[in-house]
Amino acid sequence: MIKKSLKRVSQFFDSLMLKDILTGMSITGRYLFKPKFTIQYPEEKTPLSPRFRGLHALRRYPNGEERCIACKLCEAVCPALAISIESDQRDDGTRRTTRYDIDLTKCIFCGFCEEACPVDAIVETNIFEYFGDKRGDLYMTKEMLLAVGDEYEKEIAANRAADAPYR
Amino acid sequence: MANFLNLIEMQGIAIFGSFWPLVWTLIKIVIIVLPMFGAVAYLTLWERKLIGWMHIRLGPNRVGPLGLLQPIADALKLLLKEIISPTRASKVLYVIAPVMVIAPAFAAWAVIPFQAEMVLANVNAGLLYVMAITSVGVYGIILAGWASNSKYPFLGAMRAAAQMISYEIAMGFALVTVLMVSGSLNLSTIVISQSTGLFASYGLNFLSWNWLPLLPMFLIYFISGIAETNRHPFDVVEGESEIVAGHMVEYSGMAFAMFFLAEYANMILIAAMASVLFLGGWLPILDLPILRDIPGFFWLFAKTFFLLSCFIWLRATLPRYRYDQIMRLGWKVFIPLAVFWVVIVGAWIVSPWNIWN
Repeated sequence: MIKKSLKRVSQFFDSLMLKDILTGMSITGRYLFKPKFTIQYPEEKTPLSPRFRGLHALRRYPNGEERCIACKLCEAVCPALAISIESDQRDDGTRRTTRYDIDLTKCIFCGFCEEACPVDAIVETNIFEYFGDKRGDLYMTKEMLLAVGDEYEKEIAANRAADAPYR
Repeated sequence: MANFLNLIEMQGIAIFGSFWPLVWTLIKIVIIVLPMFGAVAYLTLWERKLIGWMHIRLGPNRVGPLGLLQPIADALKLLLKEIISPTRASKVLYVIAPVMVIAPAFAAWAVIPFQAEMVLANVNAGLLYVMAITSVGVYGIILAGWASNSKYPFLGAMRAAAQMISYEIAMGFALVTVLMVSGSLNLSTIVISQSTGLFASYGLNFLSWNWLPLLPMFLIYFISGIAETNRHPFDVVEGESEIVAGHMVEYSGMAFAMFFLAEYANMILIAAMASVLFLGGWLPILDLPILRDIPGFFWLFAKTFFLLSCFIWLRATLPRYRYDQIMRLGWKVFIPLAVFWVVIVGAWIVSPWNIWN
């Protein structure tokens, strides 16, 4: 009984002296001088994992031959049905795609196409800063995907090499 | 300086004749009000910066160097926006309301002494004038809520009315103690009365100011001031999560900006009043020759800035009070405490230990 009333008295004086408020203010006051977490995006960037799944690319072998053999595994595994492939026999008797389209507006960037590919032809790059300002701009055709692959082959190869030990 | 003023006066009388005192007063008003607008604009930036830093963020830093042009960008944006009024609104009151809020916030500056002899109107009832003028501000808020003819603004106005009136009582009692110890309603006299005392005779001016002997009253005044200006943690009037923006919901563009300006101008006013009444106004912290050479309005500015930062600091720290808690604090804690302290101070003044004669 006495203990309880003593506690009430001490609580009364604590609130009268603004104890809780001053404690809180000391915490925010300390945070004021902490180094800031903000990353100022266009100038500073967060590091990306080699496994980062961004814009797609179609790769070629070093001799210039395209890797894709039109097995259509990626088309089959794609959960968003974003990939459409048509294939035909080329003059040298190999099977090649005549059409390889990825609708990036449908794509969910799950990376299954990359996992399914037996020849490492379709890959997802570290590029995520792309845009389209018209309807259809984000519909990637085979030529566009190959162009991305040609331009960023070095980075793609380096990222895949960095990730290889964990696969 | 005095020569320069004499020259202006002579020229003025030559040009304007008997209208000169009126013109001169208008010039002085402009000299006070224009920097106030600037101060209000940059207070918004300082608030965003300080809260950002307390959240371990950087705050606005994109517009201009260090984000210094951010308030100008904001003002331009608001100027270019259309002012939409609800169809069922009471048009005249709807337009008058923002003016009613902002005018008292600036009018009260007439009696604030920036320095010895540097005050627009050195009236003897300065304290009373400030109390009266700041109370008018609540009419603007009630009008805004009523004229919008909408539910949330009305709720906000009701809350504002109840809250501002209840805290004004505690605030008034806090001012009464200041009035008792300095024996004057003139703000300049109140400041000068703080320059003497036991500690001031040792050069420790800041211990002779009213805040130390009247510490509970200083805290009550400051906290009531936060409630008066509807700032965090007492911002139920415009509590975003409950009633969107209270009385400001239906306003847009510059009309909305007027409410904002008024809120920040009131903040500056409360902080400046607290510095004048409790922190020795334009008096330097220590009675040193170097500090005495710094112009007085710098000291007032520094003290006001410190108190404003405390306002923002509190906002970054505390969650919003529930409405019944606000009412409980106002009526069941502050008013009894203030009345009690008025009695204590009264007894202190008539006792042999009076330190204010």
